[in-house]
Amino acid sequence: MTLNQQRKLKTLITGLFAWFIALLLFFPIFWMFLTSFKTELQAISVPPSLFFEPTLDNFKVVQERSDYLLHAMNSVVTSFGSTIIALIIAVPAAYSMAFFPSKRTKDILLWMLSTKMLPAVGVLVPIYILFRNNGLLDSRLGLIIIFTLMNLPIIIWMLFSYFKDLPKEILEAARMDGASPWGEVVKVVLPLSVGGIASTALLSIILCWNEAFWSLNLTASNAAPLTAMIASYSSPEGLFWAKLSAASTLACAPIVIFGWFCQKQLVQGLTFGAVK
Amino acid sequence: MSYLVITELQKHYDSYHALRGINLNITEGEFIVFVGPSGCGKSTLLRTIAGLESSSGGTIELDGKDITEVASSKRDLAMVFQSYALYPHMTVADNLSFALRLAKVPDAEIQEKVRSVSASLQLDPLLDRKPKELSGGQRQRVAIGRAIVRQPKVFLFDEPLSNLDAALRVQMRLELARLHKKLGTTMVYVTHDQIEAMTLADRVVILNAGQIEQVGTPLELYRQPNSRFVAEFIGTPKMNLIPVDTFAVKGDQLTLNLLDSSVLFPANRLSGPLPKAMIMGIRPEHLSLVDDNGDFTGCVELVEHLGSEAYAHIQLTNSQTIILKASARSTLKDGDLVHIKVDSSEVILFNESDRVVSVIAEEASND
Repeated sequence: MTLNQQRKLKTLITGLFAWFIALLLFFPIFWMFLTSFKTELQAISVPPSLFFEPTLDNFKVVQERSDYLLHAMNSVVTSFGSTIIALIIAVPAAYSMAFFPSKRTKDILLWMLSTKMLPAVGVLVPIYILFRNNGLLDSRLGLIIIFTLMNLPIIIWMLFSYFKDLPKEILEAARMDGASPWGEVVKVVLPLSVGGIASTALLSIILCWNEAFWSLNLTASNAAPLTAMIASYSSPEGLFWAKLSAASTLACAPIVIFGWFCQKQLVQGLTFGAVK
Repeated sequence: MSYLVITELQKHYDSYHALRGINLNITEGEFIVFVGPSGCGKSTLLRTIAGLESSSGGTIELDGKDITEVASSKRDLAMVFQSYALYPHMTVADNLSFALRLAKVPDAEIQEKVRSVSASLQLDPLLDRKPKELSGGQRQRVAIGRAIVRQPKVFLFDEPLSNLDAALRVQMRLELARLHKKLGTTMVYVTHDQIEAMTLADRVVILNAGQIEQVGTPLELYRQPNSRFVAEFIGTPKMNLIPVDTFAVKGDQLTLNLLDSSVLFPANRLSGPLPKAMIMGIRPEHLSLVDDNGDFTGCVELVEHLGSEAYAHIQLTNSQTIILKASARSTLKDGDLVHIKVDSSEVILFNESDRVVSVIAEEASND
């Protein structure tokens, strides 16, 4: 085998492997999508049928039984709301840690991450009581607060690493050019880290969108997001696979479509020509 | 035009003492160059003047006003960085006008200023490009243009040419010299390249281990170094240093015994009392080849022909190697045995603590 052939074979094997993994990861979503168009009987038939007459009944039932639009709106408001608030807090925090680090900066970062190491259920009772006493149970504001706190460490970490990669001299140049600290952030740091901030925001939105633990425990009907709606389909009367799939498809469709559209922006990133 | 007065400036980084009491006056319109080996504090000094580093003690005054605690953005100094530090998301035109826009200068005036700077630096065809579409030399010119357009009180340059290739560096060096002549603004320039220091500076500041070793015009430093450090740092190839075995004063002559030979030195060129031990410094161009009766003999190890001149590396009897500047047409070959004559009027003597103990003779400094 020549070197060229070897290289081609290597590419082929890597490609096949990548496709295999990708399909493996995609399969559950595909199966859920397919099941949502089956009748309950077809959904649990063994062997599973790939070819069947699709029906929209499940979607109708879901819409009748639960107010899809209300839950979707709750998901949108809580995910976007908490992401925006978290970014407003995280950008200055990450900026100061990345550009004006102190001796304890690393410790602070680690401490923030350590808050994610505690299982959420460990603080469920105190949080529940706090929420109850403050009238935040089953409110969008309550979910926004808990989502913000939940994702803040990860968002600060991501932004910190993006900011850390910005050449320090560019900020110093802006300072010499007469920019105030705020001017540095708005005119230089933010435009240069648009890609990083966008992907951080997207990750935060996805994490909020798919969050179930707090949503289930802290909401009932008014503020329940889509994850809580899905959960209501695994009811004591038994599992309804087709309806559950339809509800899940409806729940994840918006975020999948959103992610698809943002793909380009995420991958793009800014290329640097400023330093060297 | 502006002047800077630096008094007892200190800088500590945790346990590291980067600047140890710097005192320096930079006069109006002066081109001053900080030079020294890496880690000597030259960049720290510049960055402290810029306000990018805080000082740990001492003061910096600009035109008589204490600016030690003033934010960099309010000092009205412009800086050109080694890495150029252009704003990658802005076009060349926007890079040039950034400071003016921040200062809320009227649009028409901004355009006028950008136009005149871009014309003088030949940036006109590049105004709409982003920094990543420029070559190294072009980026450097934009960085310089960005500093000029503001008409700052003082320009600060942090090794601005060290990322350029050799040919471009020489060209940009000339452009900087012309620029200084044209603008007449005070310029502070940091480099580790002594050629840049010698060719650009009105005065050179040599720094060593956080302290000023010597300040002077390039020629003063070359001819009258006040320490062994300066003598070795300035000049390519380096000054030759030969330890003196014994010495004695007889009348108005100081006899230096070294290498089984002796060199006579006028005693009136000694500054102060006789030291305990001495080192003789002599530059390669002040050694010459003679047929016989030389001060010492040696064996040619290697000859470097540079075209306009040649440098012979000669091993002496104490197995030390010295460098001698020979004529371009020298027929010296490796292994030749040669007699070397020392121009004793150009000898510089250092004491045991590496300070200079000789003064340059009157006639020598007049040429």
